[in-house]
Amino acid sequence: MNPEWAIDVRGITKRFGRRTVVNNVALQVRRGEIYGFLGPNGSGKTTFLRMLCGLLTPDAGSGTCLGLDIRTRSAAIKERVGYLTQRFSFYEDLSLEENLDFVARLYGVPRRRAAVVRSLETLGLTARRRQLAGELSGGWKQRLALAACLIHQPELLLLDEPTAGVDPKARRDFWEELHRLAAAGITVLITTHYMDEAERCHRLAYIAYGNLLAHGPVAEVVRAAGLSTWEVSGPDLWSLAETLRRQPGVEQVVPFGSTLHVSGRDAAQLEAVAARWGEGAWTWQRIKPGLEDVFISLTETARDNWGP
Amino acid sequence: MSRFAFHPRRFWAVVVKEFIQMRRDRLTFAMMVGIPLLQLILFGFAINLNPKHLPTAVLAADPGPFARTLLWALRTSDYFAVTRVVDTEAELRALLERGEVQFGVSIPVDFARRLLRGERPSLLLEADATDPAATGYALSALNTLVATVFDRDLKGLPPGLRATPGPVEVRVHRLYNPDIITQYNVVPGLLGVVLTMTMVIITALAITRERERGTMENLLSTPVRPAEVMLGKLVPYILVGYVQVGLILLAARVFFGVPMVGSVPLLLGAMLVFILANLAMGITFSTLARNQLQAVQMAFFFFLPNILLSGFMFPFRGMPDWAQVLGEVLPLTHFLRIVRGILLKGNGPAQIAPELWPIALFMVVMLTLAIKRYRQTLD
Repeated sequence: MNPEWAIDVRGITKRFGRRTVVNNVALQVRRGEIYGFLGPNGSGKTTFLRMLCGLLTPDAGSGTCLGLDIRTRSAAIKERVGYLTQRFSFYEDLSLEENLDFVARLYGVPRRRAAVVRSLETLGLTARRRQLAGELSGGWKQRLALAACLIHQPELLLLDEPTAGVDPKARRDFWEELHRLAAAGITVLITTHYMDEAERCHRLAYIAYGNLLAHGPVAEVVRAAGLSTWEVSGPDLWSLAETLRRQPGVEQVVPFGSTLHVSGRDAAQLEAVAARWGEGAWTWQRIKPGLEDVFISLTETARDNWGP
Repeated sequence: MSRFAFHPRRFWAVVVKEFIQMRRDRLTFAMMVGIPLLQLILFGFAINLNPKHLPTAVLAADPGPFARTLLWALRTSDYFAVTRVVDTEAELRALLERGEVQFGVSIPVDFARRLLRGERPSLLLEADATDPAATGYALSALNTLVATVFDRDLKGLPPGLRATPGPVEVRVHRLYNPDIITQYNVVPGLLGVVLTMTMVIITALAITRERERGTMENLLSTPVRPAEVMLGKLVPYILVGYVQVGLILLAARVFFGVPMVGSVPLLLGAMLVFILANLAMGITFSTLARNQLQAVQMAFFFFLPNILLSGFMFPFRGMPDWAQVLGEVLPLTHFLRIVRGILLKGNGPAQIAPELWPIALFMVVMLTLAIKRYRQTLD
């Protein structure tokens, strides 16, 4: 057991009926790190988070969370982890203050009242403290949820799509808060669909259909994918895209605004394609593949376990 | 075992939360006051039935041939089942108080002698009339029976010695409810029915609601344990139960003039066990149901036998054996005996104890089941 790891698990597997939702996933997250967890909908991200904090029991695999065995010490893990659920799961018929007070009591926060006041202040909720949680808009609910997750000063935060449906300004504030927390030594494991958020993580992992496909720092994940990408601009891109998709070496053609991103792992073949079409009305330019190109490529090639 | 682990602080957190939520939930609050009032109005009249084979104790101070004839006649009649033969008045009274027998028949000392002399000796019949429906038919049956039972024994006597209108005078003492007022029976019974109905439904919703609103996921991710959640959710409703009890007792006194012979504090004490038993039942339902609708359906499913088999609507002894066995399992059955016993008969702790422990047992079983069923994970 390495004390450096906040999360250190391997072989984690979960099946619902005959469907394997999380398949043999290993993950190591350092203390004080913001770790991004990405993947398409239904890829097993939420299930994985739930296994980390003892909400679900893994069918196979082992490991530790904050140095505690995830199979046997889930009660102790819960004391030290803050879990922010995907769906708002605080009491809509309680006020902000009452919600926070309830959570603080459950965790046995010392000097509870002061802690609640402090928490309201930190997140700028003081003025709304008597408002019922059900009356809040999405962004404010998210802030309340985060405040509630933090009130017992957890060492590890598990955040399940905390910024879904939140406006860009609120998202940026949220991320600043996360970086402040990380600097204070709190480990954050966050799932997201936003590429800009993914790039703000220290490291990230990509999971699709239960399988962990890539992990590491952003640049490394991009490099490891071994993807070549060309940006094409010119007339009638839509029909060109159709033609290009049938060429050998072209694995994906994705429209990006008024350009196409043409990617493939075989650089030589792709270069040949570029040479052939580059003579016409189109301009071809080799670019650095972005995270999104990489993820779309990973998702397309991953075996979809929902299919037949 | 961690499942049964308990920390007062976390328990109290749940209690406080439930109280706040209850205060905000106006509809539920209205229901808790509305149901008892509605029931009181609806059940102003009871349904009568004709129960048979009622347990009867006989005190034969004159154990002669006439007494034997009478015993035999009682036994062969459909209405009486002679279950006990006792020697003293006190024994007879004790059996009636505990509700072990419905009737006590006393044959006086000089019964045979006076009968032969044609002096119309009296036969004393004491009836437990807390439930008037249970005794009515049996009493009229006895009169007919007595008029003819000694015909064969007295055949040899000259007609002049035969008394008219009949050889024996039957004196009936209707105990506990001499005026046969149905409300005396129904209104205290309502106390139990209302508690069963509201307590079970409200708690059946308690945990299902958390699951349906998605707050369960959050609750499970905190260190709170099953026992803390369960008991924390029960406490506020105990209070609600007592509010309902207060309302009904007040109505019983003011509108229906129901006598309160026994100790009201004793009744309130026994009630705690009964309320807890129903709350435990509701909590168990809520761990079984997938959503609030299912929880309500289960509660109603439980409510039906309670109404029909507990002796609230129909006299318990009028039911077939299998129904009585089922009825004995239900807390309401025992509670009805307790509440009628205390209010109408003036029963004390010793007399209600045999009815109290089955309720307590039911409560413990249900609560254990609920804590075992409560899922600590989302699996």
